[in-house]
Amino acid sequence: MDKYKLAPEFGGERKTTQEDKIAIKVSGLTKYYGDFLALDRINFKVEKGQIFGFLGPNGAGKTTTIRILTGILIPDKGKAEIMGIDVTKDPIGAKKIMGVVPEVCNVYTDLSAWENIILAGKLYRVRKGERQKRAKQLLQKFDLIKIKDEKTKKLSKGMRQRLILAMSLIHDPEILFLDEPTSGLDVKSTHMIRKILQELKLKGKTIFLTTHNIEEANLICDKVAIINRGKIVAFDTPERLKSAFKRTQSIEVSFDRMPSDIKWVEDIPHIDRYQILGDKLRLYTPDPDIVIRELTKYTEKNKLRFVSLSTLGPSLEDVFVKLTEEKETKL
Amino acid sequence: MKNSHPFSNFFYSLSGSLVIMEKDARIYYIKPPVIIFGILFPLFFFLAFALGRKVSSFILIPGMVSMSLFFTSSSVGPLITPWERTARTYERLLTTPISLFSLILGDAMAGFIFGILISLIPLFLGFTFFNVKVVHPFCLIGNMLLSSLCFSSLGVALSSSATEAPSQAMMLSSLVRFPLIFISGIFIPLNNLPNWGKIIATISPLTYTTDLLRFSLYDDGFYPIFLDLLMLVIFSILFFGLALKLHKKNLIKAI
Repeated sequence: MDKYKLAPEFGGERKTTQEDKIAIKVSGLTKYYGDFLALDRINFKVEKGQIFGFLGPNGAGKTTTIRILTGILIPDKGKAEIMGIDVTKDPIGAKKIMGVVPEVCNVYTDLSAWENIILAGKLYRVRKGERQKRAKQLLQKFDLIKIKDEKTKKLSKGMRQRLILAMSLIHDPEILFLDEPTSGLDVKSTHMIRKILQELKLKGKTIFLTTHNIEEANLICDKVAIINRGKIVAFDTPERLKSAFKRTQSIEVSFDRMPSDIKWVEDIPHIDRYQILGDKLRLYTPDPDIVIRELTKYTEKNKLRFVSLSTLGPSLEDVFVKLTEEKETKL
Repeated sequence: MKNSHPFSNFFYSLSGSLVIMEKDARIYYIKPPVIIFGILFPLFFFLAFALGRKVSSFILIPGMVSMSLFFTSSSVGPLITPWERTARTYERLLTTPISLFSLILGDAMAGFIFGILISLIPLFLGFTFFNVKVVHPFCLIGNMLLSSLCFSSLGVALSSSATEAPSQAMMLSSLVRFPLIFISGIFIPLNNLPNWGKIIATISPLTYTTDLLRFSLYDDGFYPIFLDLLMLVIFSILFFGLALKLHKKNLIKAI
């Protein structure tokens, strides 16, 4: 009976190809602002159901990329596809399946939280019954239901940001674009937003977020790309990126009293760089063993006691600093 | 997923214009100061031109209705985009599935409806206190609809300047709108204007609105009706096209 299989167009099963797993595909994306090259032929793919972190220093091209992907800007060259839809050719079709939280945005402060979310539902043409049901669910989820009838000018920044995120989800989008979603927010709102992003991922939604908070990317992203001066300088999982930078291990040490002169650290062999972090000293080295021996000698000689001593692997922040610094010195 | 059909997207996007219109009405138009301004401004002009002078209703009523249409349709439009930019709501609006065309159309539709509703007040004042009668009702309706669309498109075109400050947009708006009143035959019938005045009056859309109103209410127009209507259609297309072009051009500066 299985001899003859139906073709997909007649209801038969279609083999899942590699392309079907891709939510965002960017190829050769280039953007100029006058003579300034903001994006230089960038390429990357984001798989469906992933949280993808897009990191980079200010002015690196993060917001330009997100604006092209969300159909606001048109690239000078290259192509961006969202779920197989070419954003430049069919921006409306692409916008229907995405929710967006721009970097600097606000709600209508003359309207209540409820009126704002209902307006968002209308803009995405969600049917009335569905719109009201989802609006109520989302306001409950984001802990805004009690203040739903209050004018949003009275809400805190964290509440407004939660409302904006709720508004971006009113049409149950397949992909969510977030530009610095937790920047400047209180701890409660930040935790709530991170938790909801992880819940959305479990539901199979794709999330593309830019952030300055490297630790945030490390915690919640499946993959990250680092962009610097309009070029992608790294693209991998946070753990693999960190392991590629094993050289940047560090030792964090604190003494019972911090030596006033810290110049002696520079004489320790194999120290790449060091930082004073409050009452702690962080030393970056490819060889922690030698450094610990040297530190022990120093404490004995100066009658100091260790309060704490720990070796740390490279953080995503170290990778980020290293990559963006390297690029800058090359340029 | 294949690219969706452009035709279905067009209707999808067009329905968005109605949402934009509703949003504009709620946030920007249905506000006591805006409504009071809409009613008082033409009234002040009426007092300035009519009190202490013998002005016939033939000049006064079409002038008042034209002024009302012009000021109310184009008064809020120039401020919407600068307000949205200042309030940081503009970029989020651009990420919704609404084309720039629909966004501008929605803004223009809000001004259009506001203009028509407010202009009915001086028209009814004319019917009540000056015994004005409608001679050509279809021409009157067509004129009011077309003129209001034309002026609201002008308002939206003025909102697309690169400025983020509503006060600067207001300044630009006054700079453009006031000369358009003074060069039109609004308070001096075109017949009485010198030749150079007649020539200059042709570049103001208000000239054709007033002329059509005189024809609709007194059966006495200067230009043929067809020409008046055609000029209003041309000005509407011109202003709307200009609004679309300027909004596209200033998009990067706006976000």
